[in-house]
Amino acid sequence: MCARRVRIFKPWIVRDYVKCTGCRLCEIACSMKHEGRIWPEASRIRVFMLIPGVEVPHLCTQCSNYPCVNSCSVEALSVNEETGAVQVDNEKCTACGLCIKACPGEIPHLHPDRTHVVICDLCGGDPECVKVCERAGYFAIFKGNRTASINYDLYAKNPEEITANLVINLYGEKGEEFI
Amino acid sequence: MTYGYAGKIAEVDLTENKVKERSLDKSILLQYVGGRGLAVKVLWDRLGNRWREIDPLGPDNLLTAFTGPLTGYMAGVRICVSGKSPLSNGIVGSTASGEFPLELKCAGFDGIVVKGRAKSPVYVLVTDGKVEVRDAPNIWGLDGKETTQAINREVRGLMKERDPTFGLWREPGMLYIGLAGENRVRNAAVMQKWTHACGYGGYGAVMGSKNLKALVAKGTGPLPDVADPEELLNLQEKYYDTMFSDPQRAFWGTGAGAFSVGAEASSEPVRNWQEEWHGEKSIGVINFETRNWVKRYWSDFGCARACMKLAVVKSGPLKGAITDNPDYELGAYCGANLGIYDPDGVVYVSSVVDDLGLSGINSANTMGFAAELYQRDILTKQDLDGIEPKWGDAEAMGELAKLIAERRAIGDVLAEGTYRAAKKLSDLKGMDVTQYAVHFKGIEVGAHGIRTGHHFPYLGYALSVQGGDHTSIPRPPLSEALATMGDSLVICNMSLGRGPVRGLIWSFFKAVTGWDLTQEEWMNNNGRRIIQIQRAALLLSGPDAIWDPLTDDDNPHRWYTPLPSGPYKGSAPNRDELIEMRKKAYSELGWDQNGIPTTEELTKMGLTDVDKAISPLRR
Repeated sequence: MCARRVRIFKPWIVRDYVKCTGCRLCEIACSMKHEGRIWPEASRIRVFMLIPGVEVPHLCTQCSNYPCVNSCSVEALSVNEETGAVQVDNEKCTACGLCIKACPGEIPHLHPDRTHVVICDLCGGDPECVKVCERAGYFAIFKGNRTASINYDLYAKNPEEITANLVINLYGEKGEEFI
Repeated sequence: MTYGYAGKIAEVDLTENKVKERSLDKSILLQYVGGRGLAVKVLWDRLGNRWREIDPLGPDNLLTAFTGPLTGYMAGVRICVSGKSPLSNGIVGSTASGEFPLELKCAGFDGIVVKGRAKSPVYVLVTDGKVEVRDAPNIWGLDGKETTQAINREVRGLMKERDPTFGLWREPGMLYIGLAGENRVRNAAVMQKWTHACGYGGYGAVMGSKNLKALVAKGTGPLPDVADPEELLNLQEKYYDTMFSDPQRAFWGTGAGAFSVGAEASSEPVRNWQEEWHGEKSIGVINFETRNWVKRYWSDFGCARACMKLAVVKSGPLKGAITDNPDYELGAYCGANLGIYDPDGVVYVSSVVDDLGLSGINSANTMGFAAELYQRDILTKQDLDGIEPKWGDAEAMGELAKLIAERRAIGDVLAEGTYRAAKKLSDLKGMDVTQYAVHFKGIEVGAHGIRTGHHFPYLGYALSVQGGDHTSIPRPPLSEALATMGDSLVICNMSLGRGPVRGLIWSFFKAVTGWDLTQEEWMNNNGRRIIQIQRAALLLSGPDAIWDPLTDDDNPHRWYTPLPSGPYKGSAPNRDELIEMRKKAYSELGWDQNGIPTTEELTKMGLTDVDKAISPLRR
């Protein structure tokens, strides 16, 4: 018998955009968890549908250098050591929007009550959005390991840019007309 | 506290360019709930005493768009659009799925009522607690896909300008019209999301008559408070369990019917109902699924079923067409009904009618009617501005749809819908062509025939208060009140209206609103009341067409002609027997022997004003 070293990875939410149905059960699950009610614009994951049929789940990718955290002037943002998720201290946050500007994908947004920013916290490592998408069998988002071989920073992408790719993938040349 | 409702509606007067907010009375909501029920109540209260005089395409008509108490909470989001219908001159509750109702509710409104007529093209924008009428000179004239993109850009830009620190703004939800609605084509639809149509009733024409291109909403608020949040969670779990355990989970959507309803049930419109059978395997869903679908599950907010699919024509002369599924109704109407069995052709025609904002069922019925007149050499290539609508020619049928939407040549007559066009063409051609018109009280019929005796009931459409609407027919032993339930809660017939989840409806209603309501109560009181008002409005009808129950509570001529082909060859209903059945149905529905709701019934329902309004109809 030899003991095998098990490496514990941080979680990462894998996104397979083409599979997103636009059902937004992820937003319902997220806002139920964080707000106790159905509140699409308070959801930490938001599905953009800038072109019908072209649905883009938009959520934090946990950049390696955390530009949002570095941009915060009041130390409202921090990184959870265990999960790598960005944590927002709602008390400290002044809703100034600096972190939104700092994010290469403009992913954070203000809570609709405008008192603080909202960013995906990975639900402490067991994300509700993923659970419902997996349970539904869509696997547009699913729970993966943050393995070393991938550059996750590339996923900090603006939904317009993702849409511009996806629309061609789905609709071919015709898609050019909608960009 | 009224749970589940925002508690107010917006009233927009386009003539005066004024906006008012009106709170919703709890006692009204308890009776009429929302959606179709509430629309019927509002329309009757405002227009009932002069119903017959109201021109559906005049400024006095109202356009309503109502959500329901379960919008966003229970599997999906639908809107119910209504008004005085320019097709039936009665009231049709016309629903479609999409995010507009969700956004409206998150902006703090349960619905919108629009009256009057704007001087120039406008759209109405609803944002958190705010309603504004905005000029739309550059959006008017655009097709469905262009309109969606133009409004997305404009409204996202506007929101960013007004609230730049929020972060990225998402797209708004919208109801809009295409060219057909702008040109007041009577079977123009109110559209959502490129492909989703409030088709029955012709409310696209009503919006066009008001110079109203779109209703747009972007809300950032939560859905309203619910009475029992814990129970709501339990119910959602139950609902997910049921939906997710269904292995097909609507993989095929309803589109799989385009082959089987024709080949097996033999109840599909084939070449304008000349037949109801075909054995064309090329229209089988396997071909759409393998050739055209680029997204196999497409959904609207909150719906776990995702029975929609995105279909694209990827190569050949029709390349670039995009639509959903097509679902059964459009597979049948834009397919078999036009003699088209080629998947690319069906996707193409569906896509053309979507873009023009024509109702795919209703306008393709009119197109089939025109194509039959062409087949019989009654309409000529010259009448049709050079178009030759031969059965099966998808490109020609697409051109025919454009002719109608643009009101060019004979398209101007066809744009009046099948019933009115048949009357006018009979005059123009000096012969009776109404025998080829398949409609019920001006509403072109859905894609489900009755002649086999095994599919839709013999007297379903004939007694429906929404004419040819296949989603609103009395199905013995249950009455049409069942359909008013779905349209008033504004839930989806596909994800909730059938199967094991149906039993959850009233539990959801209770968890959200806190009110006890049973299906039995609904069938005997609330739903029945809605039906009686709709029946009264339909019989008052006017001004350009007035229905006589003893003549018009009947099937079209063609449906008494025995089926010429298929497993039910020779089958047709016996009219004398149906007239006997109709007498019994009248009495069950609380109508007298002439089909008029009785004073006793209306009094019991608390509808003395309705009784007064229809008393001149009694003989």
